[in-house]
Amino acid sequence: MSQSAAPVLEARQISKRFPGVVALDGVSLALFPGEVHALVGENGAGKSTLIKVFTGVHRPDAGELIYNGSPAAFGTPLDAQRAGISTIYQEVNLVPMMSVARNLMLGREPRGRLGVIDTARMYGEAERILAGYGVVTDVRRPLRTLGMGVQQMVALARAVAIDARVVIMDEPTSSLEPREVETLFSVIRKLKDDGIAVVYVSHRLDELYAVCDRVTVLRDGKVAHTGPLAGLERLKLISLMLGRDLDEVKSGGLTRFSRDRRRAGKRDGAPPAVRAEGLTRRQVLHGVDVAVWSGEVVGLGGLLGAGRSETAKAIVGALRLDSGRVLVAGLPLRTGSTTAAVRAGAGLLPEDRKAEGIIPELSVRENIALAALPSLSRAGVVSDAKIDKVVEVFMRRLKIKAASPHQPVQELSGGNQQKVLLARWLAIRPKILLLDEPTRGIDVGAKAEVQALVDELAEEGLGVLLISSDLEELVEGADRILVMREGAVVGELSGDDVTEDKIMASIAERGAESDG
Amino acid sequence: MIGSPGREQVSRVLQQHGALMVLAALVIVGSLAFDSFATEGNAASILVSSSFTAIIAIGMTFVIISGGIDLSVGSLFVFGGVLAAYGSQYGLFVALALPLAACGLVGLLQGLLIARTGMAPFIVTLAGLLGVRGLMLAISDEGATTYLVKDSAFAQLGQGGVLGLTWPVYITAILAVAAMILLQRTAFGQNVYAVGGNEQGAALMGVPVARTKVYVYLMSGLLAGLAGVLNAARLSSGVTILGIGLELDVIAAVVIGGTLLTGGAGGITGTIAGVLLLGVIQSLINQVGNLTSAFQQVVSGLFLALVVVAQRLLGRAQRLG
Repeated sequence: MSQSAAPVLEARQISKRFPGVVALDGVSLALFPGEVHALVGENGAGKSTLIKVFTGVHRPDAGELIYNGSPAAFGTPLDAQRAGISTIYQEVNLVPMMSVARNLMLGREPRGRLGVIDTARMYGEAERILAGYGVVTDVRRPLRTLGMGVQQMVALARAVAIDARVVIMDEPTSSLEPREVETLFSVIRKLKDDGIAVVYVSHRLDELYAVCDRVTVLRDGKVAHTGPLAGLERLKLISLMLGRDLDEVKSGGLTRFSRDRRRAGKRDGAPPAVRAEGLTRRQVLHGVDVAVWSGEVVGLGGLLGAGRSETAKAIVGALRLDSGRVLVAGLPLRTGSTTAAVRAGAGLLPEDRKAEGIIPELSVRENIALAALPSLSRAGVVSDAKIDKVVEVFMRRLKIKAASPHQPVQELSGGNQQKVLLARWLAIRPKILLLDEPTRGIDVGAKAEVQALVDELAEEGLGVLLISSDLEELVEGADRILVMREGAVVGELSGDDVTEDKIMASIAERGAESDG
Repeated sequence: MIGSPGREQVSRVLQQHGALMVLAALVIVGSLAFDSFATEGNAASILVSSSFTAIIAIGMTFVIISGGIDLSVGSLFVFGGVLAAYGSQYGLFVALALPLAACGLVGLLQGLLIARTGMAPFIVTLAGLLGVRGLMLAISDEGATTYLVKDSAFAQLGQGGVLGLTWPVYITAILAVAAMILLQRTAFGQNVYAVGGNEQGAALMGVPVARTKVYVYLMSGLLAGLAGVLNAARLSSGVTILGIGLELDVIAAVVIGGTLLTGGAGGITGTIAGVLLLGVIQSLINQVGNLTSAFQQVVSGLFLALVVVAQRLLGRAQRLG
């Protein structure tokens, strides 16, 4: 990157207002050819809005966008794309039922005679393009039959292939495996060499430092800092994002789990809060045994696709099993019934909270009360007073930030949505909570609160099964760790063995030649 | 990927060509069981009577793949027929142009309402179903007036033909091939799949979502009108009591043909197979003799339910594979 070159894309004093919120307040950002620019900030800092201004989804209320040295106004995402600004969104925004090749080439299919699409050439080109991204697959297969990582690569390939000068990546690694992240990084470096400017949005600091040249920190719709990333200390970066004192962040550590302790769980003869025996499903789980005692946090470690989420789902009856059984507090559950699991006191906070957790149009109150309705009603009639009380208690305790209990939950930030889900399960007075990536995609502040809460719940005697791809979170949060790989538990770590190194060693231990 | 690509491919083939296979099986069984089934006359009669439904179903396939539904086609079918018969007193051109213009306009309006205001296709086209039937009744004195076709050239369009098949069959075949190319081999066709498969994603990928939807409903309206026109030519009159519930038969045929009601997947081959399948079932039931046509609806209904269950299972198999 050469600072002397003119910026390819520049935001000048951009402001954007939504009813009741100032999303962007005089934001300026210059993007130079051949640089990878990290864009960071807590949820609600204005990152998404800024990206949407760049890509023509939103029009700024004030300020101007300079593209290639002249003012630009993109009316639609299509305009921005044609001009050379491509975006890869957090959730893969392709068409799952269409083939890989058609997704990749949509809008610029090679034409043959009479203007009809030349399918043979289309498949050939698609294969060639994808090979450059380390993806070798039958491009005629529907996209949805491929793994998330491959889908992400197709999205990336598509974004780059349309002669992009600017590529915006919004949390591109959130569903990638480490190996795929490496491929992504090598692609980014190649883009850089080609003089393409990359905007990189991520919550993962390791990645930012690995691949980004400069960073812009947004906070409350304003630029809090912009400059080279290399000399910037991690804690300083976090304090800029949070707008908190540096010492405070330092003393708090990077996660909010109380450290220097490993609880043992209450094993005084009582049955475990949950015990799963021999969970088996063809191609997914191979005889998984898990036990969580009251008062302990058990972490499930492993790579993407190791069967962690599937194990959690199987325990609460949301995944059909070929064999195996689950006991909650010593009593066997009817298999395959989520109702039975909830009644017995097992709650799952799913990985994909948008699709499997919250009901976006319903209010905070209704979302919280959902699972507990049977206990909050008499003779089938729901008691409003009881619900109000429960909702009030949990909104206060979990510090859920909402205008009122009646606000639709879709209007809350990701962190607050997650807390609403937690409240939903706490309201049923669970014996065991299964948390699948509870802090993914939520901002640093909310993350710390959720972590502290998990800790507190375990102290109070709840059994917690924690799934996280953030090793640090796992090590600091869990008392004991079960390491999974290819649908089986391959190791257990407890006490002083609970370290990132040991987890990685355990993952790598066996059969490293095949990947799950 | 883990898993057997073989199983996934099998399920995909079944999804796309299941209707065709069942059709072939039924034809074979029918030919063996009934002497009068596998005759040229019976085959021609199935093809002729299926051709009108097929033309509408082609348009419906585009609509459903795009994630929508068009309930107005039954009304447009009868409206187009009445207008064609009425227009035939002014010659062949008017008999063709008047109904196509009117039905195309209705389709266009519906498309604009759906695409630009974001209203639900179900509601907009339900309004179309009611409104267009009302229009038809208005121009036919509450259905009491049946216009007769005055133009012999126009009547020939529905009744004439070669090789034992009438022109509507050939027109259907040409339309089906054109629709296949349009759907599979043009940008517009790809856009239809993209809009139905992931509307938001399609918009972000630069697909002109609104325009695609407008075209799809315009096309459906035009084809329903055209089917009505050809039917009027066949009957030599604008019969006003047709087309009630036809939209549901058409939707059933499209879904039986493997097009997902949720949008994003499907095809013309399947739709044609689905239409013919319903035609063959009807013919077979007629062959049995003492069964009424009510029984045909029972069988069609069962078949539809079966297809939807199979689609779910196949979809699951594909995702696992």
